[in-house]
Order: sequence, then C-alpha cells, then structure tokens
Amino acid sequence: MPYLGSEDEVKDLKKALCNPHIQADRLRYRNVIQRVIRMSKLDQWGQAEVLNFLLRYQPRSEEELFDILNLLDSFLKSSSPGVVMGATKLFLILAKNFPHVQTDVLMQVKGTLLAACSSESRELCFAALCHVRQVLHSLPGHFSSHYKKFFCSYSEPHYIKLQKVEVLCELVNDENVQQVLEELRGYCTDVSADFAQAAIFAIGSIARTYTDQCVQILTELLGLRQEHITTVVVQTFRDLVWLCPQCTEAVCQALPGCEESIQDSEGKQALIWLLGVHGKRIPNAPYVLEDFVENVKSETFPAVKMELLTALLRLFLSRPAECQDMLGRLLYYCIEEEKDMAVRDRGLFYYRLLLAGIDEVKRILRSPQSDPSLRLLEDQAERPVNSWASDFNTLVPVYGKARWATISKCQGVERHGPELPNTASFATSGPLIPEENKERVQELPDSRALMLVPNHQLTAECFEKTWLSLKVAHQQVFPWQGAVHPDTLQMALQVVNIQTIAMNRAGAQPWKAYLSAQDDTGCLFLTELLLEPENLQMQISVKQNKARTETLNSFISVLETVIGTIGDIKS
Amino acid sequence: MISQFFILSSKGDPLIYKDFRGDTGGRDVAELFYRKLTGLPGDESPVVMVTTGGGGHHDDRHFIHIRHSGLYLVATTSENISPFSLLELLSRLATLLGDYCGSLGEGTISRNVALVYELLDEVLDYGYVQTTSTEVLRNFIQTEAVVSKPFSLFDLSSVGLFGAETQQSKVAPSSAASRPVLSSRSDQSQKNEVFLDVVERLSVLIASNGSLLKVDVQGEIRLKSFLPSGSEMRIGLTEEFCVGKSELRGYGPGIRVDEVSFHSSVHLDEFESHRILRLQPPQGELTVMRYQLSDDLPSPLPFRLFPSVHWDRGSGRLQVYLKLRCDLPPKSQALNVRLHLPLPRGVVSLSQELSSPEQKAELGEGALRWDLPRVQGGSQLSGLFQMDVPGLPGPPGQGPSTSAPPLGLGPASLSFELPRHTCSGLQVRFLRLAFRPCGNANPHKWVRHLSHSDAYVIRI
Repeated sequence: MPYLGSEDEVKDLKKALCNPHIQADRLRYRNVIQRVIRMSKLDQWGQAEVLNFLLRYQPRSEEELFDILNLLDSFLKSSSPGVVMGATKLFLILAKNFPHVQTDVLMQVKGTLLAACSSESRELCFAALCHVRQVLHSLPGHFSSHYKKFFCSYSEPHYIKLQKVEVLCELVNDENVQQVLEELRGYCTDVSADFAQAAIFAIGSIARTYTDQCVQILTELLGLRQEHITTVVVQTFRDLVWLCPQCTEAVCQALPGCEESIQDSEGKQALIWLLGVHGKRIPNAPYVLEDFVENVKSETFPAVKMELLTALLRLFLSRPAECQDMLGRLLYYCIEEEKDMAVRDRGLFYYRLLLAGIDEVKRILRSPQSDPSLRLLEDQAERPVNSWASDFNTLVPVYGKARWATISKCQGVERHGPELPNTASFATSGPLIPEENKERVQELPDSRALMLVPNHQLTAECFEKTWLSLKVAHQQVFPWQGAVHPDTLQMALQVVNIQTIAMNRAGAQPWKAYLSAQDDTGCLFLTELLLEPENLQMQISVKQNKARTETLNSFISVLETVIGTIGDIKS
Repeated sequence: MISQFFILSSKGDPLIYKDFRGDTGGRDVAELFYRKLTGLPGDESPVVMVTTGGGGHHDDRHFIHIRHSGLYLVATTSENISPFSLLELLSRLATLLGDYCGSLGEGTISRNVALVYELLDEVLDYGYVQTTSTEVLRNFIQTEAVVSKPFSLFDLSSVGLFGAETQQSKVAPSSAASRPVLSSRSDQSQKNEVFLDVVERLSVLIASNGSLLKVDVQGEIRLKSFLPSGSEMRIGLTEEFCVGKSELRGYGPGIRVDEVSFHSSVHLDEFESHRILRLQPPQGELTVMRYQLSDDLPSPLPFRLFPSVHWDRGSGRLQVYLKLRCDLPPKSQALNVRLHLPLPRGVVSLSQELSSPEQKAELGEGALRWDLPRVQGGSQLSGLFQMDVPGLPGPPGQGPSTSAPPLGLGPASLSFELPRHTCSGLQVRFLRLAFRPCGNANPHKWVRHLSHSDAYVIRI
C-alpha cells in the first residue's frame, strides 16, 4: 500500500496492530484510530483499506468496542458503497457478541444496499443482490417491505433476473405473497425458457409455505401446454407432494393430460413417479403408464425406464387388475430385450421379488409417500449472522457458498504461498476464540504458532478419501457428561475455524462426528469424535497429512478448549 | 489488490493490457477471459469468474469486469477482495479514461494507447490504488489526448448527454461535453464550460386495473467541469425541495425525496436554509448528488396505457387495441418511445392500424414492438393489432369466445426519454460561478434536465 503506507498515522496503526503492548494501551490505540480515520487525504480507496486492516484488531472490553464503533459510525453513511460495505463487515465482526448491534447495522445499510440493487451499473447491482440474499439468510424479514425493488424488468440481463427471483422467493411473507406471486406468474411465460423455468421453480419453493395459491398458479400454467413449462411444473409438483402431502389431491387432479407435452427425461421421470406413487387417486394413471410401456422400445433414457419399472410395480399393488398384463410385458421386455444392464438388473430384481410373494413386495415397496421433515434440511432457516460475517463484502456471496467451496478447495489444498497480512479474510484463530476462553488459550504454549485458515471447505468425498489414507496421529479421551447438542458444538467449532463434515443427530448411540481444519501451511487436521453411550468420555482421534508434532499439539489443545467449554456449559 | 487490468473491445480484441504484479499468467489471460465469457453456462453470472489454470497452482485467478460503452474493463485478482470496491474502481477508471480521452469507446482508446498506459501507471502501483482524482493526476500526465475531429460547439448533429445512456436528446449542446477535459492546454478559449445534468431514472409498475403498484425514481445531479479547478460554484436547487417524509417547506406540496446523498466535496452549509450546494469541483466528471424517491410522485405519470384485448379462441384470432395517453404538460414531449409487448408463442401474422404515419410496429423475438419517435404532451395515440395464434389453448373451463387475455400476453413495457422534465419536479434554479476569468469571456454554463425510463411496466 504505497500511497497510504507512507502516512505516519498508518505506520503507527500498523505498529499498534502488531504490538500487543500498544494494543493493551487503549487510549493510545484509540488516538491512532481516530487520527487515521480523520486523515483528510483519505479518499474512498484509502478508507476501504483502513477499514480492512482494522479487522485485525480485537477490542479488549465492551466499552472499547463501542468506542471504536462510534468512531467509525460515519463510514456507514459514506456515498461509496465499497466503504459502506467495508464498514458493515467490520461492525458485524466486532459486534459478534451483540446480535442487536448487528441487526441495527444491517438496518442502517439497508438504504445503501437497496440503492446499489437499482444502480445503473449492472455489475454493482449483481454484487448487491448477492449480499441481499446473504443478509436474508439470517434476517428473513429484512427486505420484505421493499419487495417491489426486486421485480425484474425485461431489459435486465439474465443473471440479474435470476438473482432477483431468488431474492423474491426468500423475502416472501404473509403481506406480500399475493403481489410477489402475481409478478412471478408473469415471468413464467417469458420468452427465455431458462428464466421461465427459474420462475416456476421459485413458485414451487414458495409453495412449501403458501401451498394453495401456488398450486393454483402452477395448474393454470399446465393449461398452456408448452413443453418447457409443463415439464418443470410436473417436476415442481413431484417435489411439492413429497414435502407437503396436503396438496396431493390438487396435484392429482391437475395431472391428466400432461403426458402429451412432456418430452425430456427429467419431466418424464417426475410424471411417472407421481403416477406410480399416487396412481390410486388418478383415474387414468394405468392408461398413461400403458402408453409409456408401449413405447418403451423407443425410449432413449435408461433413467425413465427404471422409473417406469418402479412406478408400475407400485401401481400394481394398488390397482392389480389394470396393471397385471402390462407389468408382465414390461418385465419381459426389460429382462429379455433391454441392453442397459442397470435396467435389466432392476427388472430381474423386481421379478424375483414378485416370486417371493405379494406380501413381501408390499412390505418392501410401500414406502412413505411424503416426508415433511426433509424440508428443514433444504432451507436451514435463520443462520446466525456470525456464520457469514467474515464472508461479507468478499467474493464468497458473489460466487455463492457452494461454488466458492469448490473454488477454494482447488486453491486451498494447493496454495500455501505467503499470505499478505492485510487481506480481508485474514483472521487468526487466536483472537476469534470467544472472549471467555481467551485467557485459557493464551496460557497454552505455542497456541500462537497455529493459525487455522478461515473458510476452509472440504467436501465429504475428499474427507473420506484422505481419512482412509492416513494413520491416526493422536488419540485422546476427554471427560464428557450427558448428551450432545450438535448445533452448539458445530457453532463453537466454526468460531475456531474447524469445519464440521458430518455429525450424528443428537441422542444417537454411539454418537460420532467428523471434523476437518487446515492451518496456514496447508497442513490438514482430520478428526473423529466418538461418544460411547456408557462411558462418560469423548474419544478423539486426529489424523494429520504432514507429521508435525508441535502444530498437532496446539490443534488438540484448541479442540480441548472447545469441547471443554461446551461440556462446561451443559453441566 | 489487482494483478492485471485489461480492456477488451466488444468483439474480444485486447486494446489495453497491463500486468501490475507479474504473479500470474501472461497476455493470454485476456483471451482466456473472453473465451470463458462467451462459453458461460446460462445460469452463471459473468460478473465474477474464476479460472483454475491447468497444472500450475499459481494460476488461479478471479476475473471481475464491467461493461462500459461496449468495452469490457477487466481486472484480475487472486485474492478474496471486496467486490464493491473493485467494481467501483473499475467504473471510476472508466470515468477517468473518459475524462482524459474524451468519450470512452473503442476508437478513442486505440487512438490514445500511450495516454491510457500512462494513466494506469499513475493510478495503480503494484496493484494498489494510489489516487483516482483527476486533479492530482493531471500533474503527472504529459501525453495529450488525440481527438479524432475538432469540436464545434454548434454542431448539433450528434446530440447526447455525457452521462446518461440515451440515444438522442435535442437538449444538450452537441458533443462539446464529450471532449477530453485536459487536452487543450494551449487553447484557453474552449476551457470555460460547465455542464450540469439532472438525470432521473424512472421505474414504474402498473397493475392491470390501472392502479399504481410501484414508482421508483433514482435521480442524480452530475457535473462535468472544464473550468480550472479550485473555482467555487454554487448550485441552487428548487426551494421546496424536502428530504424525508416529514419535512415541510414552502406552501405548496413541495418536491419530496426519500433519501439524498452528496459527494464528499460538497459543502452543505447553505443547504438547510436556501437549498444551495457549494462546491469546488475538480475538473472532470462528478456526481454531486444522488437521490431516491419511491411510491409518492408529485406529478402524474408520464404515460398511461389503456389496452383492450379481444381473443377469439375458435379461430385463433387475437386482437389487441392499445391506447397510449401522454400526461406530460402540453409543451413537453417524449422521445424515442418504444412499447414492448410479449406475445403468446406461435403468433404468425400481424396486421396493424396505427394512428399516425411516423409510427412503426413489428414482430420480433416473440414480442410486438411499437415505435413512436415523438409523443407530444397531452396527446393520445392508438394502435390496433391483429394476430393469428393457431393452436393456443384457452384457460381451462371457459367458453370458446372470451375477452380474457391468453397467458403469455404481456406485460407491456415502455422505454422513453423525457427531455427537460424531471419526474420528481426537482429543478436547478441557478448555477453561479465565483470564477473571475482573466481576459476570457464568461464561462458557458449548461444546465440540462432529463428523465428516462428504467422499467416502465404495465400489466395487461
């Protein structure tokens, strides 16, 4: 930073940030900060830069924290969105123990975000929309009264429209649902098939809450008899019936006639699944399936054939008289003529199953027809602000969490070049440990030497592969009492930058969890937690991809602190 | 922190390429970027893209770009930086290049390659921003801009505002505003000009029953100054200008906006009392003030559309009668009005009856386009369109002949420009310069008002 770095105040601040003795001197530190942010020559780039490296400071007391926040308040009203977002991030991170302050800050920057969302620069608008979605994950009602700002106009580029539709889906509530649905319905007939389908899926996801209105709209769309619309509507119906069984009746009434305008594999599979599972309530279900059976030879997608086998067998259980003949024909075809091995095996499997007797078939195939509990898995509602505060005003929300995970996986494993200390995402694991544990961690020898990388993401497959290829480097037993609260534990681990790969539900016996973390040299720590029902202790096994005892020890002590704290809270 | 910066033409030809850190790749990144951009799957956004170079692990980088007047301005970085700051920097660079080279475009950039490189050298050092102020930079820039043709103040053939992306508006003095700010060091006579634009973008949504669902006005006061910097300027706004819902000024209904933000160089000491903005603008372009207004418009909306749709399901004949009323004051007019009406799939033929000869209507991309080059305030125009839609099924459970519009028709959207009109009613009362020209004529001051549509949607 040649331009800013030449200023004395900035040098002072940098020194202060590095030197714990100066950090301890609150007044001096306050002075430096005050001088830096009042620097007259500081333009918006300088301000953003200063806000960025203030992220590295951890206030000692509540009083000091609010003091700093007050000093920085004016940045929230800057006319440059970059500065406002930088300040917001700093506020969110500093006030991590004060949810009401965080909410307040997000309230204050609402205007700036909304203005950026309707900005003339499409690119800025896109970045702002991504951040709006991020905020909505934690505060679902935050933008609900401004829903009209997120209506699309036909001249906007595709990627903005898709983001806006997502935002609309997320901010819907009792008051605006009518207007939002009406707007979305307009998009469903858009000339761009992609956008139309995105709008239909959006209505489908709103339908999980406002079922009746949405199913009515979707049923009307079927009347258009257009291929690209019908196929998506049927797929939406399939998911909806699975999640909200109360709409089954309406869906079953809407289905007849759809088969004529569905050509693609996904749509056919959805329709056949619906006919198989709910065929009892659809009078012409056997005849539709019969058409599919007649044309099975010319069917190109093996997945459709598999779906057809299962569906027909299910329907056979509820309507045997109408289905027996064609089930026979289908099985014959699949076993004798089909070239795809998976389909053939499935056919043989069902054939043998039928040989075992009809009661056996019923026992196996009559699975539940819906599972409302899955809903919670899909939208993990109301994630805490702290879970994304460090990602705010970075590229993570712009890429989307999932894509970022794949990007940083490729980068994270390979790259361990020297990190420049003044980047936004940089935060050591030390200061991020909750206030109450701080002294304990600092007493530990060498705990400073270990720096766990934030935003470390490892996929489950990758974890499994690495886990199996490594030997256990360390095994230890910690005292533990009572049951586990996975959410609390996961959150606590996240604070110290340990990622949870998989975890049993609360109360499972034995209870297991798999964790992963990475330090700044690229060394991976893979951990298994095991809680046997009888023993009052938690067994941990740690594997490491580079044998380094000192970092391993400090990693274990971090883990011990977290587990100890969680254990303390409960006992 | 930026690793590389480059400018591509709309066809992907690299015009400018600058590597600041030498840490990643080579010149071929520009080509890589364009290939990625054109081959992007439909559901991914082009604004931010990532590339992971084949084997070398130092090859990962993010491309962040903006499109500006047909050019791609691209920055690459290998860090997880703030997208807002970077996008702002790119648009600031675009403005800066515009200030120095005249209006930004493929031609001007390729004529001024040396100047652009010189500017980039000063603005960014090792990928960090040093300064973007036109004022500071002019001390370091030696190269003069190459301008294609000499400017004439009275050349009214190609008219355009410098900021707003509008095609034509016969309000501004020609291309005078699009010349470089700092080119004519020797030629003092041309320097004393200042342009002040009040530009508003209007987005409106009207329900099918005519009720207003959404009005949103985004306004800006933009200044482009060719005056020597340091000269003070006072801009007087309408005295009835109120900010927020509760403030009340004057006796009339007032000009009300919801939120205002000012550029940091604006002094507001006279704003409370007299609605005067005082500033010492640097040379070049500057957004003095931004404001927003929603849901509560003082003047009537510029356009009302009265559609009537008759649809005979049996014969597949669709008849759309559109009546467009312009509610502007009689002296004003709207330019380049275009109505865009999406139609159901499978429309084959169009027959039209339009109320005046200069209008034009045609089918394209599954929509009807109706062009009205000029609409006078208070006037009413109409068009009758007949189309054949074979094989379009009706809404279920209704008779064969119905007036209910088929699905897939509408909503109609209008695009237009309103010169000399602001929807919020905000006007610039005066623009005073405290500048004493030495031996020169008085500076020319140009104040222009313009509204244009962002999204003006009418449901049918």
